[in-house]
Amino acid sequence: MSWGVGEPGMAGDGVLQELLRGSLDHCVKCTICETACPVSNATPLFPGPKYAGPQAERYRVADEPSVEWSVDYCSGCGVCSQVCPQGVKIAEINAQARNKIKRQKGVPLRDRIITRPTWLGRAGTPTAPIANFSLGFRPGRVLAEKLLGVHRDAPAPKFAGRRFSRWARGRTGPRTGRRIVYFHGCGTEYYEPWEGEKVVAVLEHNGFEVEVPKQDCCGLPLQSSGLFDDARKVVLRLAHALAEHLHDEDTIIVGNATSCTLMLKREAREILGLEDDPTLKLVSERTYDICELLLELHDRGELKTDFKPIDETVAYHAPCQQQGHYMGKPALDLFALIPGLEVKEMTARCCGIAGTYGLKAEKYDIAMEVGQPLFEQIRGSGAPTVACDSETCRWQITHGTQRPSVHPIDYLHRAYGLDGSA
Amino acid sequence: MRGELHFDAVVIGGGTAGLVAGARLAEGGARVCVVVKGVGSTHLAPGTIDVAAYTPGRVDEPRRGLEQLVAARPEHPYAALGVDTVSDALQWFGERVAGGPFPGYRYVGDLERNHMLPTAVGGLRPSTVVPETMAGGDAAGLTRVCIVGARLRDFHPSLCAANLSRAGVVARGIDVDVQLQRADDNSLGLARRFDDPAWRAAFAAQLALQLRDEEQVGLPAVLGVADPHAVWSDLERRLGRRVFEIPTLPPSVPGMRLFEILRSALRGAGGRIVLGSAVVGAEREGGRITAVRAEASGREVRYVAPWFVLASGGFASGALELDSEWHTVDRVLGLPLRGVPGPDKPRFVADYFEEQPLARAGIAVDDELRAEGADNVVVAGAALPGAASWREGSGEGIALASGYHAARVVLAAAGTGAEATATA
Repeated sequence: MSWGVGEPGMAGDGVLQELLRGSLDHCVKCTICETACPVSNATPLFPGPKYAGPQAERYRVADEPSVEWSVDYCSGCGVCSQVCPQGVKIAEINAQARNKIKRQKGVPLRDRIITRPTWLGRAGTPTAPIANFSLGFRPGRVLAEKLLGVHRDAPAPKFAGRRFSRWARGRTGPRTGRRIVYFHGCGTEYYEPWEGEKVVAVLEHNGFEVEVPKQDCCGLPLQSSGLFDDARKVVLRLAHALAEHLHDEDTIIVGNATSCTLMLKREAREILGLEDDPTLKLVSERTYDICELLLELHDRGELKTDFKPIDETVAYHAPCQQQGHYMGKPALDLFALIPGLEVKEMTARCCGIAGTYGLKAEKYDIAMEVGQPLFEQIRGSGAPTVACDSETCRWQITHGTQRPSVHPIDYLHRAYGLDGSA
Repeated sequence: MRGELHFDAVVIGGGTAGLVAGARLAEGGARVCVVVKGVGSTHLAPGTIDVAAYTPGRVDEPRRGLEQLVAARPEHPYAALGVDTVSDALQWFGERVAGGPFPGYRYVGDLERNHMLPTAVGGLRPSTVVPETMAGGDAAGLTRVCIVGARLRDFHPSLCAANLSRAGVVARGIDVDVQLQRADDNSLGLARRFDDPAWRAAFAAQLALQLRDEEQVGLPAVLGVADPHAVWSDLERRLGRRVFEIPTLPPSVPGMRLFEILRSALRGAGGRIVLGSAVVGAEREGGRITAVRAEASGREVRYVAPWFVLASGGFASGALELDSEWHTVDRVLGLPLRGVPGPDKPRFVADYFEEQPLARAGIAVDDELRAEGADNVVVAGAALPGAASWREGSGEGIALASGYHAARVVLAAAGTGAEATATA
C-alpha cells in the first residue's frame, strides 16, 4: 500500500480495515439502514448501504481489485450509521470502499478541483465579479460540464469578494479573558463572511473573547471524494493550527460549518484512520458546533436570554452531517427561546447535495431527486425562510425551493438585536 | 461542567416503550430527552399491538389471556401493570394515532377479542389492536381470498394462499406484474410507489382484470408510507371490495408508520430525541443513578436527570448480553438482572421453538417496575424480566403499557417531589 503503515499517528491500512470491519459482524441484515438511505431510495444505481457496506465488504480483500463499483454512488451522508441499532460503521466502511475505487480507477480532474475550497476561494475572491459572472454564465457552465463534469445547473455559491479572516484580523473584540477559538471554515471565509461575523457577535454578546487562528480547509471534500492521502495532510495541518490556540484545559473550539466540525470531531479519525493522532484527538474532544455550545451554555444558565421577539415562521432542516454529531437538534431548543418565532421542523431526511456530490454531472439528477421530499415539505410549510446548519445544504435548498436559507445563528443574532434593528 | 445536559427525565431507547414513555412525559410537562442508539423494534415488527396471543394455547380474548399470563407467573410484567393500565395505554395510543401525522389512519380492536390475521406464509396469528389496513384480513370475515403478490421479494402469494386454504379459507395466489424501480425493490420502495396516485390507479386497473367476483384482496403490507389511509381506502374503492395488508419481512412499512406516529407525539409535546447516541454507562450516588454517559461524536455527553426510563430492549437490541463465559449483563447501565438461570441450570433447550430458560431474563425490578438498587430508574419494554414475549405474543402490549406506566410513575413522583422541595 502506498500509504498508512508506519506513519506516525496513523492506523495502517490493515489496522484501519480491522477497526471498521470489526463492526460489520454485528450486522444482522435488519434493513433499517435501507429505510433511511436517501440515495438508494432515489436511484437504483446505488443498491443501498447494506449491500454496498456490510455485505459487499466481505468480498473486499485488501490487495485485490475492487469487486463492486456502485458504492461510488453513496453520497457519504452517514445516516445509515446513525440509524443502525447494532452500531455497524456502515458509512465509514463505504467511505473506505470509495477510496479503494479511486485508488484503482484514478481521480478525475474535476474531483481534484472541486474538493479544494481553499484554492477555489483564493482564486475567486479577488476576481469575485468575474468569477461570479462566470458561475452564472450559461455557456461557460455548459462548457464546464462538458470539460470537467460539473453539472451546469448545480448550485454554485457566489464569492463574497472579501474574506472573513481579513475582517477578523482588522478588529479588536472585547478582552474578557474568557477565550474561545473560532473555526470558521471555507464557506464563511470565502462565500458567507457575514455568517462568521454573526457568530463572533453572538459569542462576544455572551462574554467570550474570540480568537480566530489562521486556518484552512478541514479536508472533508477530499475525504468524501475518496482522496484520502490529501485529506489526511489537510486535516492534520488544520488540527495543528487550531491546537496551538488551546492554551488551557478550558479552551474550546467552536464552528458554524457543521460538516467541517464533524470532520474534526469524528470523521477524520474514523474514516481516515487517524484515531491515534494525539493532536487530532485533542482537537476532536474540544470541538463544538455553535448550536451545541449555545445550548450547553443555556443548560448551565450562562446563555444570555435577552431575546427580542421575531414574529416569523421558519422551516428548520437538520442536515445529515449535523445529525452525525449525535446530539439531537440543538438549533430547535435555541429557537424555542426566541419569543414569537414559529418553527416548522422538517422531517424529510436529506437535501441531496452531500457536499460536492450534487455538483457532479453524473450525480446532479440523483441529488435533486433525493432532495425532492424536503423541497416539497419546505414549500408546503408556508415558511418564507429556511434555517439549516450546513452551507452547501443551504445552497442546495435555495436552489431547490427558491427560498432564502440561513444558518440558525442568524435568528439568535437578530433576536439579540445585534443586527442594529433594535 | 462541560459536556453535560440536564433534564427532568431521560429515556434510554427509541422503540415503542421508549417513545411512548417520552411522549407521555413530555405531555405531562416534563423536560424530557430520549437518547437512542439506533432505530429499533418498530421497523422490524408487524406494527400491530399484540397484548396476548398464546398462553400457551391460542388466545381469543386478550383480557383473559393477560390474566392467564399473570396467574401462571406472578413475576410477569402484566402483573405489575394490570389490565387497567394496558387498557388506558391502548386508549392513549388510539388518540395519538388519530391526532398523528397520517390523516384518517387508525388502529382497531380492543381487549375483548383478538383478530386472527394471515401471516406472509398463510398462518393465522392472534393480534389485538391492529392498523385498519390489516383488520380486513381477520379470518372471521374471510370468505374467498385472492392473495396478490406485487413482485415483492420474499412474499409468495401461492404459498400464503395454500396455507390459508388449509385453515378453511378459499384462497388463491396471483402475481401482478408491476413496474418496479429495481428488480429487488423492498417493501419500502413498493410502499412509496403505492403513495403515488397515478401508479396506484394503474396497479388497481391491472389487478381488477385478474380478480374474480366476491374475492377479497390480501396484499403485502406496502400500502403507503406517507398517506396509508388514502392508499388503502382508494384501493378498496377502485376494486369495490375488501382489501387488507399482510405483514412482510423487514423493513416493516406499518412499523415505520408506528414509529412516525410515536415520534411525532413526542416532538409535538416538546420532547427531545437524540438519535445515534449509545448510552454506555451510569454514574450513581447510593441507590440512585445521577447521570448517564452517552457516546456522541468527539466525546461523551452526560445526561443528568432525577429520573430515567430504561427502555433499551433485551438481547435482540444488544442491551442485554450473554458473553462467551456465560455471564449475562446489562450493557447499558450495569443494573442487576433477574431470571437468569443459575450456573448449574440450562440457559437453552435444544428445540428452538420450546420455552427457552434465558428468554425471561431482564433487569430486576420491584412491583412498580423500578430497577432494583436504582430507585429513580423505571424499566419498560423488552428490558423487563418475566415475559417470553415472542412466544406469548405480548411484546407490544408490554412495551406500550410499561412505557405508559413508567411516565406515570415519574410524573407522579416528580409532582410530589416538587411539593416536597417547596415545603422544605
